[in-house]
Amino acid sequence: MRRPHDIGGLDGDAIDTAEPPAEAWEKRVRVMRQVLGRKRPPLLMVDELRRAIEDLGADDQSRLTYYECWTAAIANLLLQKGLISVDELGRKMDEVTARWVKDRAQ
Amino acid sequence: MSTPKFTAGQRVRVRAAFPLGHVRTPYYTRGCVGTIESLAGVDRNPEQLAYGIHDGPSVPLYRVRFHQTTLWRSYDGNPNDSVVVDVFEHWLEADLA
Repeated sequence: MRRPHDIGGLDGDAIDTAEPPAEAWEKRVRVMRQVLGRKRPPLLMVDELRRAIEDLGADDQSRLTYYECWTAAIANLLLQKGLISVDELGRKMDEVTARWVKDRAQ
Repeated sequence: MSTPKFTAGQRVRVRAAFPLGHVRTPYYTRGCVGTIESLAGVDRNPEQLAYGIHDGPSVPLYRVRFHQTTLWRSYDGNPNDSVVVDVFEHWLEADLA
């Protein structure tokens, strides 16, 4: 099986080499990954992250931004490991969305 | 930790295997013959690490040099052009030809 990242030698589109400055949430995602990997044994290893990003599939990988892929992959891994629950994640996402809407209205 | 099986200068063939799951061996090298350049190190197997198995055995990792003409049938650059790829030992077999 050839997974979506393994594209060496295939024809592709032009590569966007622009590197916009990281947003605050992107930095937080990066740090969260590091913190999860620091425990012994690690709660999440960088190899698992790579695998989970591949598992998102070609469509999501091209649709989502770099750190959106990280976020989706980390969430899936934490769910699989039972470290968070779907219900917990859903409620937290609602809470964050409500806060964001309120902040924007002010 | 396993003792490295191959030495620099040895001809090796990358196994033409296509398993499901996380694999670090680039698709375009599978089934191709190259030459061991050097031992890159002995490290845990990313195919296991990718699934959360962090206490598995370590595997030798080699730098393998391939001629571009063996990787790409239509390669029309300098025939001496080559590329070095990191390949774990369990993906390699001695090429006796």
